[in-house]
Amino acid sequence: MSPTRWDFPVELCCRPMAFVTLTGLDVVYNAVHRAVWDAFCANRRADRVPISFKVLPGDHEYPKCRTKRTSYEWYIPKGILKTGWMNKHLNLVPALVVVFYELDWDEPQWKEKQSECATRVEIVRQSLQGRNTKVAVVLIQKKTPLPPGEDVIASERAAALCNACELSGKSLFVLPHTDHLVGYIIRLENAFYEHAQTYYYTEIRRVKSHKEFLNKTTHQLLFVRHQFKIAFFSELKQDTQNALKNYRTAYNLVHELRAHETNMLEIKTMAGFINYKICRLCFQHNTPLDAIAQFRKHIDLCKKKIGSAELAFEHAAWMSKQFQAFGDLFDEAIKLGLTAIQTQNPGFYYQQAAYYSQERKQLSKALCSHENSVMYPSPDPLETQTGTLDFYGQRAWRQGILSFDLSDPEKEKAGILALQLKERNVSHSEIIITLLSNAVAQFKKYKCPRMKSHLMVQMGEEYYFAKDYSKALKLLDYVMCDYRGEGWWTLLTSILTTALKCSYLMAQLKDYITYSLELLGRASTLKDDQKSRIEKNLMNVLMNENPEPEPDCDISAVKTAQKLWADRVSLAGSNIFTIGVQDFVPFVQCKARFLAPSFHVDVPVQFDIYLKADCPHPIRFSKLCVSFNNQEYNQFCVIEDAQQMGDVLENSAQGTMCLVPGKTRKFTFKFVAKTEDVGKKIEISSVDLILGNEIGRCVVLSWQGGGGDAASSQEALQAARSFKRRPKLPDNEVHWDSIIIQANTMIISRVPNISVRLQHEPPALTNEMYCLTVTIQSQEKTPIRDVKLTAGLKPGQDANLTQKTHVTLHGTEMCDDSYPALLPDIPIGDLQPGEQLEKTLYIRCGTVGSRMFLVYISYLINTTVEEKEIVCKCHKDETVTIETVFPFDVAIKFVSTKFEHLERVYADIPFLLMTDILSASPWALTLVSSQLQLASSMTPVDDLQSHVEKVVLQTGESASECFCLQCPSTGNVEGGVPTGHYVISWKRTSALENVPVINTVITLPHVIVESIPLHVNTDLPSFGRVRESLPVKYHLQNKTSLVQDVEISVEPSDAFMFSGLKQIRLRILPGTEQEMLYNFYPLMAGYQQLPSLNISLLRFPNFTNQLLKRFIPTYIFVKPQGRQVDNTSIVAA
Amino acid sequence: MAVCIAVIAKENYPLYIRSIPAEQELKFHYTVHTSLDVVDEKVSAMGKALVDQRELYLGLLYPTEDYKVSLLSRLGIPCVKSMFPNQLHRYGYVTNSKVKFVMVVDSSNTALRDNEIRSMFRKLHNSYTDVMCNPFYNPGDRIHSRAFDNMVTSMMVQVC
Repeated sequence: MSPTRWDFPVELCCRPMAFVTLTGLDVVYNAVHRAVWDAFCANRRADRVPISFKVLPGDHEYPKCRTKRTSYEWYIPKGILKTGWMNKHLNLVPALVVVFYELDWDEPQWKEKQSECATRVEIVRQSLQGRNTKVAVVLIQKKTPLPPGEDVIASERAAALCNACELSGKSLFVLPHTDHLVGYIIRLENAFYEHAQTYYYTEIRRVKSHKEFLNKTTHQLLFVRHQFKIAFFSELKQDTQNALKNYRTAYNLVHELRAHETNMLEIKTMAGFINYKICRLCFQHNTPLDAIAQFRKHIDLCKKKIGSAELAFEHAAWMSKQFQAFGDLFDEAIKLGLTAIQTQNPGFYYQQAAYYSQERKQLSKALCSHENSVMYPSPDPLETQTGTLDFYGQRAWRQGILSFDLSDPEKEKAGILALQLKERNVSHSEIIITLLSNAVAQFKKYKCPRMKSHLMVQMGEEYYFAKDYSKALKLLDYVMCDYRGEGWWTLLTSILTTALKCSYLMAQLKDYITYSLELLGRASTLKDDQKSRIEKNLMNVLMNENPEPEPDCDISAVKTAQKLWADRVSLAGSNIFTIGVQDFVPFVQCKARFLAPSFHVDVPVQFDIYLKADCPHPIRFSKLCVSFNNQEYNQFCVIEDAQQMGDVLENSAQGTMCLVPGKTRKFTFKFVAKTEDVGKKIEISSVDLILGNEIGRCVVLSWQGGGGDAASSQEALQAARSFKRRPKLPDNEVHWDSIIIQANTMIISRVPNISVRLQHEPPALTNEMYCLTVTIQSQEKTPIRDVKLTAGLKPGQDANLTQKTHVTLHGTEMCDDSYPALLPDIPIGDLQPGEQLEKTLYIRCGTVGSRMFLVYISYLINTTVEEKEIVCKCHKDETVTIETVFPFDVAIKFVSTKFEHLERVYADIPFLLMTDILSASPWALTLVSSQLQLASSMTPVDDLQSHVEKVVLQTGESASECFCLQCPSTGNVEGGVPTGHYVISWKRTSALENVPVINTVITLPHVIVESIPLHVNTDLPSFGRVRESLPVKYHLQNKTSLVQDVEISVEPSDAFMFSGLKQIRLRILPGTEQEMLYNFYPLMAGYQQLPSLNISLLRFPNFTNQLLKRFIPTYIFVKPQGRQVDNTSIVAA
Repeated sequence: MAVCIAVIAKENYPLYIRSIPAEQELKFHYTVHTSLDVVDEKVSAMGKALVDQRELYLGLLYPTEDYKVSLLSRLGIPCVKSMFPNQLHRYGYVTNSKVKFVMVVDSSNTALRDNEIRSMFRKLHNSYTDVMCNPFYNPGDRIHSRAFDNMVTSMMVQVC
């Protein structure tokens, strides 16, 4: 009884293939034969026919065929299926025997060869007597055969050979040994396959023919046997559909057998075989659901068929095997392309197999726990004569006995005892672990992480039972975090308990301590008595003593463990264990909290450490220390048992180093931050609590950051959600849940105690030197030093502003682009308490818009914190937003000498340039002067003296100037000709004397210059007087290089009488002028229209009167006649 | 007949677990815990599309499995009766707030119909809602409610 007793036989699990033997091949010494054999067996891919070949000598003895029974009347079968039967038909009895023989058609000694061949065939026939096995002959020939029908000798001789060997023509083959060997072989193979199928077909018919002789009472077993055989032959014939059908029938027949304790194993074994075949074929036919349904049915039918109660473990083993085999089949089908799902995958079957194996273990423990004195029975009842059983599933000591009564109870007892003793030696754990790990692999594949963890726990426990503690611990440790992460505390506690046992039995100190810590913690669901036992053990371990053994441990293992612990005690090794607690739930909780999110550097940093123990008994610790990201502070934050506590507050209040279960303990720490750390974050990197001492063993519980462990974040969340009112506690105690971890704090600079005042007159005007006065007054109680001022444009604004803003301390000179936008660190010196200081800044803004300006004052001051002298750097900043606006708007226009608006000016004809300055500043402006800088193309008609010097403009007031200019003819210039620049020099009226004048340059618009052929210049007095002569002289200038014919006429007017030429036609030479003199005599007073002068140029019809009217005055003011006669006017008339 | 009833929080930790017989508690904890694999998968497969349809019942979680009653009781006497495995079904249900209900039902004697299971879950859900409505109950805490206990007990005894 090997450990694999429950495994299926190989011949059952393989795929049955037609069996064909090849004889007459000398594969050792003959190269040609070797090549033929290789071609048969090499490269047997799926596309080749399924045949298993075997080379045998020609005189091989095949299994003898028993004489055929003519009647079944007196025949009583001894079992269902013989153990050798499947193997016989797979590997021993061929479907076809092929005789290879070297013979060419033109063989000179044909007769001799032919008879030798016939003899060989005869020998084969002899050894196959009684069987339906076919025989075929293959002639190995050196020559390529001619096409059929052409070789007359060949056909004649072939017929003769068939005759001699008593073969049909279909069983004679020719194998030319040429280049295309493989091709010939494949054709041969196919022919063999047909013969084999015929053979199996006849075999099926033969078995079926027995049926009619059977009767239901005595031949029940034979029904199963025959059905199985038919199915198996069908499989050999590769007729899987029929095979499946017949197996199903066979399966039903098996369950119809009368079952009794004595033959239960045989029935189950056969049922298992047939079920295996059915499932296998169903998977092969790609009907996995059928396979699963069959298997379920099989299990339902068989799970209650336990058989002998004393051998109940056999049933469990058998069940386990059924599940395992199905799992294997399923897995194999998946590898061939089947898709499994989360809820239906091989893992479940392996898992069930493992469960049955566990049951087997339990049963064998219960049934096979014989005293050591019980001897293995002799003679061995399991021994048979052949060494194997005759029929599958029978008992060795009563083979072939079908009676349900036990003829020999003594023998039966011995047999059972032998089986039980053998079972005792089986290593069940190994089987279970293998199955579980198979299942784990499957569940991992099909997204069942929790199932996987569960199975790993079981594996760990199995290893524990198998006393492989280190493997057990490894597995348990691996899955613990899954259960911890999801908060399944009951399961975690159970796993931890096993893990604690393992670590105890191996005397693994660190693991033992870690698991104890967690089992004592709040996540553990252990009862208090258990907890207090564990705590006691933990205390013992810390005192370098041996812990008590864990309950329910194997006694021998405990003995070994005790020795190991004793060794550990004597071993003076490293006795300090640092345990990072953030990944589990230890029995001490810790929370650290800075009292404020930020501290000024001149006050001490304070924080509290809260500790709470969850174990049943009070616990002492020897040291509590806190580490920071800046390690220099670590030294100030240590509490130690024996010595005085250095910087710790309230020495007495800290009390003893003892944690009472359920009570929250607070430890307050205080230290002075370094001035270098201003602006930095101080973070608690870890809190270390040391249990035990150096004399015994030390455990350092190390919390990362400000405390908290695997469970605390969820608890904090719950506490935050809770509306529950917490019970009132005494003043000095706090509620654990209400403490919120604050693991970092900022160090910020000392609060400045100075005042900064800014004085200025917004808005700023473009380009002016804007004056900003900063007044600093110290309100500190001690002198401050190293006062520095940083002022200017606040960084971080539009980059263009930086280019267009300039700051200086000197207002007397204009600053240019080289000045910076921000003046950093202007030293101001020291300030005594109450002293005030003023600083003036000048800002020039080149563009309009709003800007933010920063005034930043920093200084140093000495202060004392906690009797420590420190130098604090304080600073104060002010920002101010200043708008910049244009000081004035300048409007420019061109007008004619008649003050009429001009679109364009005429060459050589004077015109007027008018400037209009409109103040937009809210403050009064002083125009210091203005200046017209003419372009080269312009010439002044009179001097260009400024008319707005020293003019003061209030808001909204405007100042105008007028310049008379003339533009020589320049020809036609695209876009007009430049006029020049207009420079206004100005300053605020309120500005000091030394503030520089600002020059604002305005570029004058371009003007279009046009030439005209004729210009009329009029000499006209500024006014006339009624009835007084008014002489008017018109100068007609020819501006062209041509002689001009001019027609002039004067239209009469009601207001005037006049003398002079009324209508004339004259000629004006180029460049010359003609004078026309008229004497007007006004008749009416008032603003009167002059008699209009009409001029038409014959050469320039476009030149109209309309154009000329711009130059010729059309109206004049006529004063009424005075009482006194003005002599001069009479003379003029 | 229900043999184990569990309420699982959104974060997958147990809010309530009760099982009979009591000595099998650990085993049922594992059973419920492993069921969450399928619940998770089903819930994520439903995705957002089905949220509106309010189908809370997840159906049978695992194929029927055999569960052997009390291995330990068998140790002393290897009696035939102990080898009869019970058929256990695990059913799942998920509320809109992703609180899961898992029920293990022993159906070796009586086959339960799907709508019977549904109605059991609905009852459980109603009772759970009552627990949530209690102003003194903090969502996420373990459930300690006598009314809920009684309802669970009634479902465990009652043969549906």
